[in-house]
Amino acid sequence: METLVDFFRNIDFPTNKTEEYRFTPVMRVLQKAFPNGFTAGSTKEISPEEYLIPGLDCTVIAVIDGLYKSAAEPNPSNDPFDKLNASLSNGVLEIKATDGKPVLLLNINTGSTNIHNRYSIKVEKDSSISVIERTINLSSSPVFQTVSHEISVLENARLEYFKIQDAPNVIEVCNTSIVQKDNSHVNTFTLLTDGTLVRNNLTIDIDGERCESHFHGLSLLNGETIGDHHTVVDHRKPNSFSNELYKGVMDDRSKGVFNGKIYVRPHAQKTNAFQSNRNILLSEQATINTKPQLEIWADDVKCSHGCTTGQLDDEAMFYLQSRGISKNDARAMLLYAFAMQTTELITIEPLKAYIDRLISARLYAQ
Amino acid sequence: MLKIDNLQARVAEKQILNGINLEVKAGEVHAIMGPNGSGKSTLASVLSGREDYEVTGGTVSFQGKDLLAMAPEERAREGVFMAFQYPVEIPGVSTINFMKTALNQIREHRGQGALDAVSFLHLMKEKMKLVEIDQSLLNRSLNEGFSGGEKKRNEIFQMAMLEPRLAILDETDSGLDIDALRIVSNGVNKLRSKNNAVIVVTHYQRLLDYIVPDFVHVLYKGRIVKSGTKDLALELEAKGYDWIKNEMAQV
Repeated sequence: METLVDFFRNIDFPTNKTEEYRFTPVMRVLQKAFPNGFTAGSTKEISPEEYLIPGLDCTVIAVIDGLYKSAAEPNPSNDPFDKLNASLSNGVLEIKATDGKPVLLLNINTGSTNIHNRYSIKVEKDSSISVIERTINLSSSPVFQTVSHEISVLENARLEYFKIQDAPNVIEVCNTSIVQKDNSHVNTFTLLTDGTLVRNNLTIDIDGERCESHFHGLSLLNGETIGDHHTVVDHRKPNSFSNELYKGVMDDRSKGVFNGKIYVRPHAQKTNAFQSNRNILLSEQATINTKPQLEIWADDVKCSHGCTTGQLDDEAMFYLQSRGISKNDARAMLLYAFAMQTTELITIEPLKAYIDRLISARLYAQ
Repeated sequence: MLKIDNLQARVAEKQILNGINLEVKAGEVHAIMGPNGSGKSTLASVLSGREDYEVTGGTVSFQGKDLLAMAPEERAREGVFMAFQYPVEIPGVSTINFMKTALNQIREHRGQGALDAVSFLHLMKEKMKLVEIDQSLLNRSLNEGFSGGEKKRNEIFQMAMLEPRLAILDETDSGLDIDALRIVSNGVNKLRSKNNAVIVVTHYQRLLDYIVPDFVHVLYKGRIVKSGTKDLALELEAKGYDWIKNEMAQV
C-alpha cells in the first residue's frame, strides 16, 4: 500500500513552517482523512442532468472522477499542489464557448479518493465567456481534489468566472491563474460553504493596460471547515483597475483564512487597486486569519485595503426580535444582508437566483 | 392586561428600578413622565426584553402570562410593541421584507395563516396612509439614512402593521418637529381601541397634548412617586420636575 508520504515524495509538500500554508494544514488533514493512503475507491454511474441550474441555458461539461484525456501540456505555477496537479492530471482540458452560452463545468466525484482536474480557458480577442464551476461529491468518504486553471483573457475580451464550493468531505486545493491583456475585463465570484478543507489560490496577472477586474468571494463556514482564500493581484501595466471584496461568516469551530496580495509594479502607473475583507464570527471557537499585503513600486497610484472582523450587531438583532422575528431568522436576515454585496457581479439571472437560494438555504438552516 | 408588581432592575451593576407598581387595563393610555435618569427608558427596555437589563426582583404579567420569562420575539408575538427612542439602522434589510417576516411570524403565533403577497401589499398601503409614510421610504433599507421624523413614523407604521395589544412609546416625541409630532400622534390615536393599551414614556408634556392619557405617572429614582390624571402632566409642565424632587426630599 502506498502511504501518503510515498504519494507525495516528488512534491515539496508544505509544512506548518511554510509561510503560504501556515494556517491551512493540508498534510495533517489529509493524514487524518487517509491514514492508509489513497485507496482505490469505487465509482458508479451517474446522470449529470441532476446538477443543472434551473432555467440556465448553458453548455455542460461534466468531468467524472477526473477521467478525461488531453494531450495538452500543463504549465504549472510554483505552488506545490499546482505541480502535483500537473503531474497527476490527464493533461489540460480546454474549455471553450462556441455559441455564447455560459459553460457549466462540473467536477463530479462518484467515489474516488483523489482527483486531479486541470483546465485551460483562452478567451480570444473581442470575445467573452462565462464559466460556472461546481464540485459535486457523491461519496460520503473523504476525497482529495486538486483543480487547476490556466486562463488567459486576451485584448478586449471578457471573462466571468463563478465557482460554487459546497461539496462536503472534500479536501481541495484549487489553483487559478488568470492573465489579462489590454482592455480586458474579468469578474470572479467564489461561494464557499462546505468542505473539510478548501484552499483557493487565485492569481491574476494584469499584464495589460486599461483592464478592469472584480474579484468577489463569500465564505459561509461551519462545523470544522477550513476555508482559505489566497489571492494575488499583480498590476504589471499602467492604467488598470482592480477591486477585490471577500466576506466571511465563520460559525462553530470553522477557520477562515484570507490573504490578499496586491503588487503594483514600477511601470504600472495610474493603477487603481482596492481590496476589502470583512468577517463575522458567530461563535467563540471560530477563527479568521486575515492579512492584506500590498507592495507598491509605482508612485502615481490609488490603492486601499481594509479588513474588519466583528460579531453580529446586538442592537440590530434586538430590533428584529422585538418585532416578533425568531432569533434564528433575525440572524439569517442580518447575515444575508451582509453577504449580498458579494453577489452583485452575477448578472446571469438564473445563476443569481440559484446562488441566492443556496445562500438563503444555508443561512436559514443554521 | 399588564400588571407590574414591585419591579426592580439594574443595568451594569447600577440599580435603576426600585420597585415599580403599575396596572394597565385594556383601552387605557398611561403616560410615564419623569426627569432624566429616573428610569423611564429602563422600564420600557425591561418590558421589551432587552438583554443588558437584569431584573432583580418583582413580576410582570401580561394577559395573565409571565412577561419576564419570554424572549423578546415571544413578547412581540403575544402583542407587546415597543416604539424605540432610537430605531436602529439596518443596511441591506428592506422594511417591506422585514415587516412581511415579522407579521407572518406573529400571525403564525396567533394561529393565522401567512398573508399572501397581494393581501400584504394591500394591508401595507392602508397602514401607510395612517402615518403618511411614503412607499419609497419602505423600499429602502430599514431606517438607513432616514431622518429622525421618518424613523419615528416608521415605528408607528410598524405598530399599525403588527396591531399590538400593548404599545410602549419610548420618548417617541424626541427629535420630532411639530408636523411630525402631529402625524405620529394621529397615527397612534387612530390605533387606539377598547381592546388595546398604550404606555407613553415621555419627558415633556407636549406629546400629551396630542395623545391624551387617562393616567399620568411620575417616575423618580426608580419608583412611581405620583399618579394622577392628565392634569398632573400640566402641573408638572408648570412647576417643573424640581417640584417633585423637592417634595420627595421633604419626605
